[in-house]
Amino acid sequence: MYSQGLQDAKGGPEPEGLLKAFQKRIDNEEKIEPRDWMPEAYRKTLIRQMSQHAHSEIVGQLPEGNWITRAPTLKRKMILLAKVQDEAGHGLYIYSATETLGITREEMTRQLLSGEAKYSSIFNYPTPSWADMGAIGWLVDGAAIMNQVPLCRASYGPYARSMIRICKEESFHQRQGYDIMTTLARGSNAQKKMAQDALNRFWWPALMMFGPSDKDSKHSVQSMQWKIKRFSNDDLRQKFVDVTVPQAEHLGLTIPDEDLKWNEERGHYDFGEIDWDEFINVIKGNGPCNKERLRARQKAHDEGEWVRKAAEVYQQNQRDAA
Amino acid sequence: MKLYEIFIRPKSGLNHRHVGSLHAADARMALQNARDVYTRREEGVSIWVVEAAHITASNPEQSEPWFDPAADKIYRHPTFYPLDKEVDNM
Repeated sequence: MYSQGLQDAKGGPEPEGLLKAFQKRIDNEEKIEPRDWMPEAYRKTLIRQMSQHAHSEIVGQLPEGNWITRAPTLKRKMILLAKVQDEAGHGLYIYSATETLGITREEMTRQLLSGEAKYSSIFNYPTPSWADMGAIGWLVDGAAIMNQVPLCRASYGPYARSMIRICKEESFHQRQGYDIMTTLARGSNAQKKMAQDALNRFWWPALMMFGPSDKDSKHSVQSMQWKIKRFSNDDLRQKFVDVTVPQAEHLGLTIPDEDLKWNEERGHYDFGEIDWDEFINVIKGNGPCNKERLRARQKAHDEGEWVRKAAEVYQQNQRDAA
Repeated sequence: MKLYEIFIRPKSGLNHRHVGSLHAADARMALQNARDVYTRREEGVSIWVVEAAHITASNPEQSEPWFDPAADKIYRHPTFYPLDKEVDNM
C-alpha cells in the first residue's frame, strides 16, 4: 500500500487515518494548502522538487546572461534582458511557494551553494555562440514547458499556482528562441551553420532534462500517486521529440540522431539511446560548467552581502525610530 | 527581512487578489519588488503589500466545525423556495 513505511518528522509511523484521508483528497483532485496536514515525506519530496526547480531558474540565468552584452541587435538585447529577468521572477515565485512548506530562503540558498541541492543538468553546458540563445529558448524552454504544464495541476496549491504564472511566461521564451533559430536558419551559410551547431550541442542535453528513463527513476511511483508528477519521464520526452522534430525540419535543420525515425505503427518517433553516463556525470558535478556556475552564484551571493546587510540595518533603524 | 504577502488588483472594478509573497525590509521595498516581480506584463493597476505576520487565519484543522453553522441553512439560498411555473423567474 502507498502509505507503508512513511515516517513522520520524528521518525515514527504516520497515522493511518490521516494518511488515508490525505490520499483521498488528492485522488479527488483537491489541492493541499500550506497549513493542511500532510505526510512528512510529501513535504520533504516537494521541498526537494520545488527547490531544485527554483535553483534551476536562478542558475538558468547564467548561460544566457553570458550574451546580454553581446546580443547582435538592440532589439535582441532587450528581449534577452526581459527573458533573463523573467527567470529571476520564476525563481522567486517558486522559492516563495517552497517557503510555505517550512524551509527558509537562507537554507535553500545554502543548499544550492554547498552543492547539496541540485539544479537542472542542462545549465552546466556552455553557450559559446549566439545561436545557443536560440537553441536554449526553443529546446530548453520547450522541454521545460512540457514538464511544467502538467505541474499546473500539481496537488500542492502554491506550487500549482506558481506554475500557472510561469507557463504563461515561458511561451514567450520558447518563441523568441525559435525566432532566433529561424533568422539564423534563413540567413547566410555561416549563420545556418551556427544554428545547426547549436542544435547539435543542445539536442541530447535537452532530452536529458526529462530525467532518467522510467525503468531507472526512483522517485516516480510515489510522486505520481501524490500528483506532484503527472506524466512519466519517458512519456514527456517522447512528446517533446514528437513536437520538436517537425519544427526542426521546418527550419531545414537536422536533428543529430541517426536512429531518429517516424514509427507509423506507434504513431511516434523512434529515437536513439541517450548517453546516460554523460547525464550521471553532469548530475554528479562533472559537467563542462558545473564549477563555473556555482562559482558565479557564490560570487553574486558574496557581492550582494552588503545589500542584504544594508536592508537589515535599515529595517532595524526604522523599528528604532518608531 | 520580513515576509510580505502580495495582492494585486488586475483592473479597476475587480478585487485585489493574492498572487504570492516576497521578502523585504519594509513596506516600501516590498511594493517596489512586488511591482518588478508580479506586474512585468501589466497584470495590475494597484498593489497591496501586507506583512505576513499581521495576517490572522482560521485553522484548517478546525475548518469542519468552524464552517459547520452554514451547512444546514439551505433556506438562505433562493433555490430553497419553489416558484409556481406561472411566475417563472424572480
